[in-house]
Amino acid sequence: MSVIELKQVSRWYGNVVAVNDVTMTIGPGVTGLLGPNGAGKSTLLHLMAGFLSPSGGTATLDAKPIWRNHEIYRTIGLVPEREGVYGFLTGWQFVQSAARLHGLQDDAAERALDLVEMAPARDRRIETYSKGMRQRIKVAGALVHEPQVLLLDEPFNGMDPRQRMHLMDLVRKLGAAGRTILFSSHILEEVERVAQQIEVLVAGRHAASGDYREIRRRMTDRPHLFRVRSSDDRRLAAALIADTSAGGVSLTEQGLEVRTEDFRRFTRLLPRLARDLNVHLWQVSPTDEDLESVFSYLSGRS
Amino acid sequence: MNPVVASITYRAMLGRKRIWLLAALPLALLAIAVLLRVFGGGDESTAVTLMQTFAIGTILPLLGLIAGTGVIAPEIEDGTIIHLLSKPIGRPTIIFTKFVVAASLMAAFSVVPTFLAAYLLIGTEAGIATGFAVGVLFAGIAYAAVFLLVGVLTKHAVVVGVSYALIWEGAIGGYVPGARKLSIQQWAQSLADQLSSSPFLKTDVALSFAVPAMVIVTVGAVIWAGQRLRGLSLTGDE
Repeated sequence: MSVIELKQVSRWYGNVVAVNDVTMTIGPGVTGLLGPNGAGKSTLLHLMAGFLSPSGGTATLDAKPIWRNHEIYRTIGLVPEREGVYGFLTGWQFVQSAARLHGLQDDAAERALDLVEMAPARDRRIETYSKGMRQRIKVAGALVHEPQVLLLDEPFNGMDPRQRMHLMDLVRKLGAAGRTILFSSHILEEVERVAQQIEVLVAGRHAASGDYREIRRRMTDRPHLFRVRSSDDRRLAAALIADTSAGGVSLTEQGLEVRTEDFRRFTRLLPRLARDLNVHLWQVSPTDEDLESVFSYLSGRS
Repeated sequence: MNPVVASITYRAMLGRKRIWLLAALPLALLAIAVLLRVFGGGDESTAVTLMQTFAIGTILPLLGLIAGTGVIAPEIEDGTIIHLLSKPIGRPTIIFTKFVVAASLMAAFSVVPTFLAAYLLIGTEAGIATGFAVGVLFAGIAYAAVFLLVGVLTKHAVVVGVSYALIWEGAIGGYVPGARKLSIQQWAQSLADQLSSSPFLKTDVALSFAVPAMVIVTVGAVIWAGQRLRGLSLTGDE
């Protein structure tokens, strides 16, 4: 059982703060690191993997410092997002070299190759592989020494659905077996399907933490902004504001802007009101449904 | 030394068309020697000039640059070095291995052609072939170490390396005698001069300075590069 611990870790590049005062503990099981692109997920993973020094705070693996400590790689397996693989090697040579660099025999490499189902393509050069295959060969390279900790940076990117399912299964199994696994993603659904624990990172800050139900609830229980166009905006607005679910209604050139605190109540109320008032609804559209605004809401609240 | 690191590095340096990057200049040197021989320019003075200007003045620094930076800089640039760095191997060991690979490439691609070219022109006369081969060997090792360090220190390794070889050693060294003391090429000539009895070969850096300087520079560069790699920060895509 291995634990990665970050205490008030910050990392900045010149004037740019990539990771800001993050404290988190990653224990056994699968943890998803969720955040929009540019939130600092890769930086955080690099800090945990010993490829970046913290500008402030401490990063430890089982209470031992990670930075400048190559012994941690007996415990950690790393799957970087960048295509950090030698294209001129075959898949087999790549995984075999990983095993040998760990001082292991070929059977360890065989096992890892089978685990990611890459045995059929083992004798092809990596440069001929698809993105998903490269991803899998990197996973095999990271698993040869059966590490207690596995760090994966956007592992499902570029995989076809079948490959994705297979890797998700593998990650779940390893987590169930007591390994400490952290993977980053910018897709909530992906994280939900694999991770028991979710850490949300927004603009370098640790914005939320919890299991997926908790995160999901916090993402829907928030003010939503809708744009509504109808045959009689003014009449509809008057009726909407009378209900507690509407936090604010404003009349604009493009129609109504309705802010609601209670998503479920509002989405039931609106069609009923329109029918009762005999107003035709022409357009109902959420204006802030993109993930970015969900994230920025979460980060603003904590 | 780590054999896995060495084998991957050799493959990266010699695989497919990459080898021509290393082989082209030495082949040119041999071709010039053959032409001089055929058209009767094979005297001692010509041989010394060819060795000084082309073997030491051109091929040595350029190959040093290709081999020294080539064993590590591209891997740092494209992130493939993560494969080596994320293993329980001391980073100074990785550097030392890369240094040995670069030095061995220098021996194969600069020492051997240098000896052959001189031998083609004048045989073993005045110890010129042996002298320059030994000079190029030790200078090649020093270049490999220095440019390996440059490759770890900066993304602009090639610019820095070319500037050193062309501007410092080539231009400034030509006018400012003091600058010659800090020139790997001059040290190579001092070694060659020591082993050769040719009157055409004159050097102005004493052997008692050149040899310790070479050793210190080589060892210092390898150690520094090893420490530097321990503290190497790799940034993600963000």
